[in-house]
Amino acid sequence: MDAAVRLRDVSVGYERKVIFSRLSLEIPAGQFAGIVGPTGSGKTTLLKTILGTQPVFSGDVRLLGLPVDKLPPGSIGYVPQLESVDWSFPVTVEQVILMGLYTNKGIWPWSTRQERNKVHDLADRLGIHDCLHHHIVNISGGQRQRAFLARALINNPKLLVLDEPTAGVDIKTQHDVLHLLGDLNQEGITILLTTHDLNAVASHLPWVICFNKGLVAQGKPRDIFTNGILTKTYGGDIVIVEHGDHFLIASGTPLHLAEKEK
Amino acid sequence: MMDFLLEPLAYEFFRNSLLASLMVGALCGLIGVYIVLRGMSYIGHGLSHAAFGGAVVGFTLGLNFYVGAGAMGLLAAVLINQVAKGGKIKSDAAIGIVTTAFFALGIAIISRVRTFTQSFEAALFGNILGVTSEDLTVIALVTAFTMVTVFLMYKPLLFSTFDNEAARVFGIKTGVVQLMFSFILTLAIIASMNIVGVTMIAATLVIPAITARMLTDSFSRMIIYSTLIGAVMGVVGMYLSYIFNAASGATIVLFGASLFCLVLLFNYIKERFILHEHIHRHGDVIHSHPHGPRHEQHDEADREESGQSRP
Repeated sequence: MDAAVRLRDVSVGYERKVIFSRLSLEIPAGQFAGIVGPTGSGKTTLLKTILGTQPVFSGDVRLLGLPVDKLPPGSIGYVPQLESVDWSFPVTVEQVILMGLYTNKGIWPWSTRQERNKVHDLADRLGIHDCLHHHIVNISGGQRQRAFLARALINNPKLLVLDEPTAGVDIKTQHDVLHLLGDLNQEGITILLTTHDLNAVASHLPWVICFNKGLVAQGKPRDIFTNGILTKTYGGDIVIVEHGDHFLIASGTPLHLAEKEK
Repeated sequence: MMDFLLEPLAYEFFRNSLLASLMVGALCGLIGVYIVLRGMSYIGHGLSHAAFGGAVVGFTLGLNFYVGAGAMGLLAAVLINQVAKGGKIKSDAAIGIVTTAFFALGIAIISRVRTFTQSFEAALFGNILGVTSEDLTVIALVTAFTMVTVFLMYKPLLFSTFDNEAARVFGIKTGVVQLMFSFILTLAIIASMNIVGVTMIAATLVIPAITARMLTDSFSRMIIYSTLIGAVMGVVGMYLSYIFNAASGATIVLFGASLFCLVLLFNYIKERFILHEHIHRHGDVIHSHPHGPRHEQHDEADREESGQSRP
């Protein structure tokens, strides 16, 4: 079986600045993986490289066994960072989801009944049916995330890529979104996401990739979230608190204790 | 009143100008939606200046006005795309460099060669008297071509305008869409130059679109409203140009700006005195809509959201 994502000796950068070089990474089909790393570590660039929107200096990128530009339209589902969305744009939730079907053949500007039914079924499943006709600015953070997730899922993709799906939403919504992604993964969709929330990864994702201008480590959260690997990824002190099957990750010494130590 | 409206139609030049301004208004209204939503409001201003430089260069080479303006306008559009492609130079800076350089070339030639038989004043400020049958044909062809292109490319244009990167991931050929959009934009600007003038085109492109945006939250309705507002702006502006004997571009823009202010005022009043009274919260979503016998649908939705039963 082909890997869902396979990078071989890939070097990427902007103009003359190299972001990462000779990166090799393989994510098997059916995996649910989270990429973590500090700001500026190249996580988003890695995601863009996988999606084919970032030109590579050298190396080979294959998704589902094919070069990105040879993939049939709709093979990959993509959810962008919500912060990058223009919320004042005049579209409803239904129109956003329908955009996922815009690569289908057909020259008419309107959508077919069949397409609209598909949107309604998916919206029903994701619990956003009631806000389908709302303007995108008039829905909650969780509904926004689900609307863009619905757009990504409308073509039944084999690979789903999400850029910071846990950013800017409350802890309950974060939990709901990650559970929803877990359910989708159970149905066979390979999922790859970036996040800054190590605790969300630790408690919800079966696989984690530590990245900082290159691959630091990858594996199960329990094996990867060690003081050594996290310090290597982020620099500085990282504290890991274990409680039964759960563990909590926090940054170094709290400020008030650091003051006392001085 | 009817006599007042019909009287100028007795003149052929006015009939030509009215038809031209109707088409140009609708054309700019349509294209303007994409310009405003892509955050490129300044592009019309820049490209029209580049096309003006092209028209002057073309004239010195003995070429037709539209050939010179078209070639230089398209070249400017492609150059802006290329310069801004890397991301280091933003598109507003690229517009500033490329189009001003082309405009400067035109001005330099005009100041150097002082034996021009053609006046470029119409291209700069718009001229009610200057609409020829050639102008009308060009405007009609460009308007028809643009409308058909926007109709056929509605979906990829909408997706790439909303989220270019996602559109690319989903399989839209965003490079082709961008190139095609630059092409129809340049054609629209060149076709509109003699009617509204280089100095006024930016406003003709932007005013109908932002006015329409204030009236609706739907993209398809925004397209229709903006096209209609543009057409009305063109027709009323042209009548005002005739009545006040002023440059057509200026009267079209002034009428459009007045319309915009009116809608702005209407929205302010609506928000301040009508919607403000109905603001309420459901969970983390703030709603603002009236309640009462005429708004049962909203009340029912609110009850469902809050888990209350119907009283």
